[in-house]
Amino acid sequence: MTVSSINKILIANRGEIARRIMRTCREMGIATVAVCSNPDRDAPFVKEADEAVPLGGTHPSESYLRIDAIVDAARKTSSDAIHPGYGFLAENAAFARACQESGIGFVGPSAEVIAAMGSKIEAKRRMQIADVPLLPSVEVGNQPADQVLRQAEPFGWPLLIKASAGGGGRGMRIVRQAAEFASLIETARRESQAAFGDAAVFVEPYVEAARHIEIQIFGDTHGNVVHLFERECSIQRRHQKIIEESPSMALDDALRRAMTSAAVRAAKEIGYVNAGTVEFLLTPDGKFYFLEVNTRLQVEHPVTECVTGLDLVRLQILVAAGEPLPAEVHELAMHGHAIEARLYAEDPRQDYLPSAGRLHRFRLPAAAGIRVESAVGESAVISPYYDPMLAKVIVHAPTRVEAARRLRHALARAQIHGLSTNRELLVRTLEHPDFLRGQIDTRFLERHDPAALAAPLGDDHAERLHAAAAALASQAARRREAKVLDKIPSGWRNNPSQFQQTRFLGHGGEIAIEYRFQREGLQLRIDGHEQPHVRCEVATPAQIQMHMAGIQRTFAVHCVGNTFYVDSPLGSSALVEIPRFPVPQDETAAGSLVAPLPGVVNEVRVKKGDTVSAGDVLLVIDSMKVFHWISAPLSGRIAELRVEAGNHVDGGTVLAVIEEF
Amino acid sequence: MRRQVLPSKLDPTSDHFQRNRDAVLERLEELDKLLAAARAGGGEKSVARHHGRGKLLVRQRIELLVDRDSPFLELSPVAAAGTEYEVGASTVAGIGVVSGVECYISGNDPTVRGGAVNPYTLRKGMRGFEICMRNRLPHISLTESGGADLPRQSEIFLPGGASFRYLTQLSAMGIPTIALVFGNSTAGGAYTPAMCDYTVFVKQRAKVFLGGPPLVKMATGEESDDEELGGAEMHSKISGLSDYLAADELDALRIGREIVANLNWKKLGPAAAEDVEEPLYDTEGLLGLAPTDLKIPVDMREIIARIVDGSRFHEFKPAYGVNLITGWASLVGYEIGVLANQQGVLFSSEAQKAAQFIQLANRHHVPLVFIQNVTGYMVGKQYEQAGIIKHGALMINAVSNSTVPHITLQIGGSYGAGNYGMCGYAYRPRFVFIWPNSKTAVMGPQQLAGVMSIVRRTAAQAAGKPFDEQQDALLRKAVEDQIENESLATFTSGRVFDDGIIDPRDSRTVLGIALSAALSAEVKGAETFGVFRM
Repeated sequence: MTVSSINKILIANRGEIARRIMRTCREMGIATVAVCSNPDRDAPFVKEADEAVPLGGTHPSESYLRIDAIVDAARKTSSDAIHPGYGFLAENAAFARACQESGIGFVGPSAEVIAAMGSKIEAKRRMQIADVPLLPSVEVGNQPADQVLRQAEPFGWPLLIKASAGGGGRGMRIVRQAAEFASLIETARRESQAAFGDAAVFVEPYVEAARHIEIQIFGDTHGNVVHLFERECSIQRRHQKIIEESPSMALDDALRRAMTSAAVRAAKEIGYVNAGTVEFLLTPDGKFYFLEVNTRLQVEHPVTECVTGLDLVRLQILVAAGEPLPAEVHELAMHGHAIEARLYAEDPRQDYLPSAGRLHRFRLPAAAGIRVESAVGESAVISPYYDPMLAKVIVHAPTRVEAARRLRHALARAQIHGLSTNRELLVRTLEHPDFLRGQIDTRFLERHDPAALAAPLGDDHAERLHAAAAALASQAARRREAKVLDKIPSGWRNNPSQFQQTRFLGHGGEIAIEYRFQREGLQLRIDGHEQPHVRCEVATPAQIQMHMAGIQRTFAVHCVGNTFYVDSPLGSSALVEIPRFPVPQDETAAGSLVAPLPGVVNEVRVKKGDTVSAGDVLLVIDSMKVFHWISAPLSGRIAELRVEAGNHVDGGTVLAVIEEF
Repeated sequence: MRRQVLPSKLDPTSDHFQRNRDAVLERLEELDKLLAAARAGGGEKSVARHHGRGKLLVRQRIELLVDRDSPFLELSPVAAAGTEYEVGASTVAGIGVVSGVECYISGNDPTVRGGAVNPYTLRKGMRGFEICMRNRLPHISLTESGGADLPRQSEIFLPGGASFRYLTQLSAMGIPTIALVFGNSTAGGAYTPAMCDYTVFVKQRAKVFLGGPPLVKMATGEESDDEELGGAEMHSKISGLSDYLAADELDALRIGREIVANLNWKKLGPAAAEDVEEPLYDTEGLLGLAPTDLKIPVDMREIIARIVDGSRFHEFKPAYGVNLITGWASLVGYEIGVLANQQGVLFSSEAQKAAQFIQLANRHHVPLVFIQNVTGYMVGKQYEQAGIIKHGALMINAVSNSTVPHITLQIGGSYGAGNYGMCGYAYRPRFVFIWPNSKTAVMGPQQLAGVMSIVRRTAAQAAGKPFDEQQDALLRKAVEDQIENESLATFTSGRVFDDGIIDPRDSRTVLGIALSAALSAEVKGAETFGVFRM
């Protein structure tokens, strides 16, 4: 193949990586084809593709994991190659093989290499040949647990059980004492079998305070293998990277040389072609050990792009087209420092529970050196079926400290409305003294309480000011929408007796805002406290500019339903307005069920003592030739049933009495 | 440009300006005291007792009823000032926006003698009905009143019956009437909800019957209790007098808002322009323009420039009858015609000019704003012989028969027939507001006392009796003082001869609200007038 033979690429992926790949394709003059599941039909990556083939289905198994359907889509659209992105089929040897057999180019290594590296046990064997430092390990195979334990115990405690076919933490178990060893081996085997269809597990020493360092490698079909320096990905939550950077503070020139050359040896040993990553553990004493090879483009590849100035997707396509790696990859230097943060729709305070639903606004401030790889547009529905990553935010700056500060600022000032995200956790990590000193390892988020790191960025005082801004913005919206007397000053009174009142529910509880505009200006009370010297310079539904205690601040306000999202230099708040009037009560729902009109009881569907839920149909009355369904006004137990089928009833007759629980 | 910007030569540093300003601020302080008294209702104890029953004050009810951040123009807030009754006359009334609809809202203040109706409450109420009828404003009553103030029932019973006639006539005109009943509304008061299109009764609070348990016992011997005779649940479920049973006061206000939202209401007057220019000049200037010494004329153009949109004014007949300014402008986006007294005295030419201008406004279907500072029609041989009465009659004929909305703003004096020609209270302006420095009387106190003195002297001479100069001086002083006192803004407003005293700086806002409310009704100019005596 030559470069000119790739004129159209199908991207077998979704979200930000699909958009990322398409961007390079466009720059290279290559047409793009998207594939998509049902929930993704309106996603930005589908709209941005030249063509799109809906795969139908919802779950990955019904869509992005369907090898046949995707190869068929490539054929149908005359795509020359498929880029698998990361995740889904990216490291699926069968998929690479299917492409090969259909004469469609696969942007990645060969099926054989994928298969070999997909087995951790096999990978370790090959690495040993290449003289890559390895942790000692015991293959469990069919050995009884006590036999395995005898071989592994000399490694020292704790031990780590890993699935050979594993990834993402599944099939992985830390063992701290001999007593739980046997049962955890079984758990890991079962989990591995269920997740990967392979029960093979092995045991390694568990390195407690290791850093995660990985080397980006690249090979072409002409026998060239190069490295593109390291990335450090030590900040992880539940074995998933959330902050990645390059270079690593932990590497000096000698260690960098040792690790990169080990990675290149590893790549050469397996005849690696295209982009790959060799992952290592780096212990506090400066020793490094092979972890695994990722045979794909990594999520965190942008940090390498920033410091090397290369476009890794472009290199991937060139290599896939049979081109040799361009000359510049042989004379690389690292420039500045890059950090990537992965923004997830999840709640770190609830054990990283993914938050699906509507993202009402996603806006990052434009800033120099900030690159955003986003899966979503300004708003989106985040479905529960896929990885909840909203975007990657990458910064490139002259120094690490500057990079961390810029990234922190961009994230802190982002407007993210409607879903919980890990934004606060990222911000607090990036400003953490340990992080800034480079004192990081893969247990950073175990040492530092994620719930504390994820608390709202503004304090209670900020939230109260935000509530004031929300009240004034909502005032402006009402004045703008007023159909009459809209040109008259807001809330004007010739005999003023009270303030306009708004109450919100915020993170710190209820907040009462009272205000009025008088000839002298704005009068504002927060929780009953008069705010002296307040001036409101700008009041629109979306923006409030307020002077308070000698400081002017601008608040961005976004109202969705009865929720106000307020962003300012003080932080971000989501405030729910408490309605002025309570929800109307159903006056007739007093436990007893009354016939609405005279008629004959046609059917009784419950008996005394039954448990019923509000809305359940209890009886049917036939009146004036029409059936009337009588349903339970509340949930409870049938305490009395006063009628049976065939009874005549008058309007107002009590039919049954429900006892509320 | 359709209209030229009025220039301003106002000098805020002049002695004259400062004197006016100081004087009017002093009057505003007096007004503030009266307004505070009105807000205080029946006083601290009574308010605490009311709150203790879990009830909202009438002003809290109104604030919850109206749209948030919308303006509310309270009408006659100092009614009954200077009488034996509490300031405010135990009711709060005004123009407010409910669910996007401009409504007339009136609520009893139960903290003031149980919300009992006194003669001033009645006057305020009657004025309210007239306002609803003429301006086509939905009428909302927030009812909680013990009924008529019995010692004064003779002044209330017969005229008070008109309330119920008005309510049903409003209904017949297609003007919605809504009663939210928060408490007592018994005997005659029971007809208030009964005559309304919509009624909302607050559970365990509303009490509506013709006769309470003691009266029933006396009349028929029947034993009964309040709830059986007039409770909210009974009226909602059995008698049907209540259309909606509200769980509590808040619920009643919510239901009231929903009722208005479902009226399918459309204003029939012209729509306002989209873009509205604010006046170019600071409204603070109006304080220095408020005439405290009626002998010194005010430049009305300076006042107009601080009220109308963009300070733009197209003057009609500027060189003729120069004591009265006439012209076209817009106010908060609505077209208006303005008549303003540049000099207090009206001559024949001013009267003729006014009559012509009023006819033009009727031809164009444009509302009129009268800005009064008038001492009366000119007297004297020359003027009588030239037909000043005849010409005054032209003006009064035109004002009386004009059918476009009239809104009157009195910024200074209003004396004699000038008050009539400039659409005073008796000429049924849709709304009439006065500045706190206003003075209103048949003539000036000195003139009046002087006239009476001359009459006495003439009578003494005719009878051949000696004239006691000392006695006359005392009498003159007493009469002057009495007339001066009775011509004050708080006196006339206390007797509900206007819709309220306003801060001069609020003139544009108040006129804007009044005009917008008036335009709920169709604007249709008169096709016929009385016979003009030529």
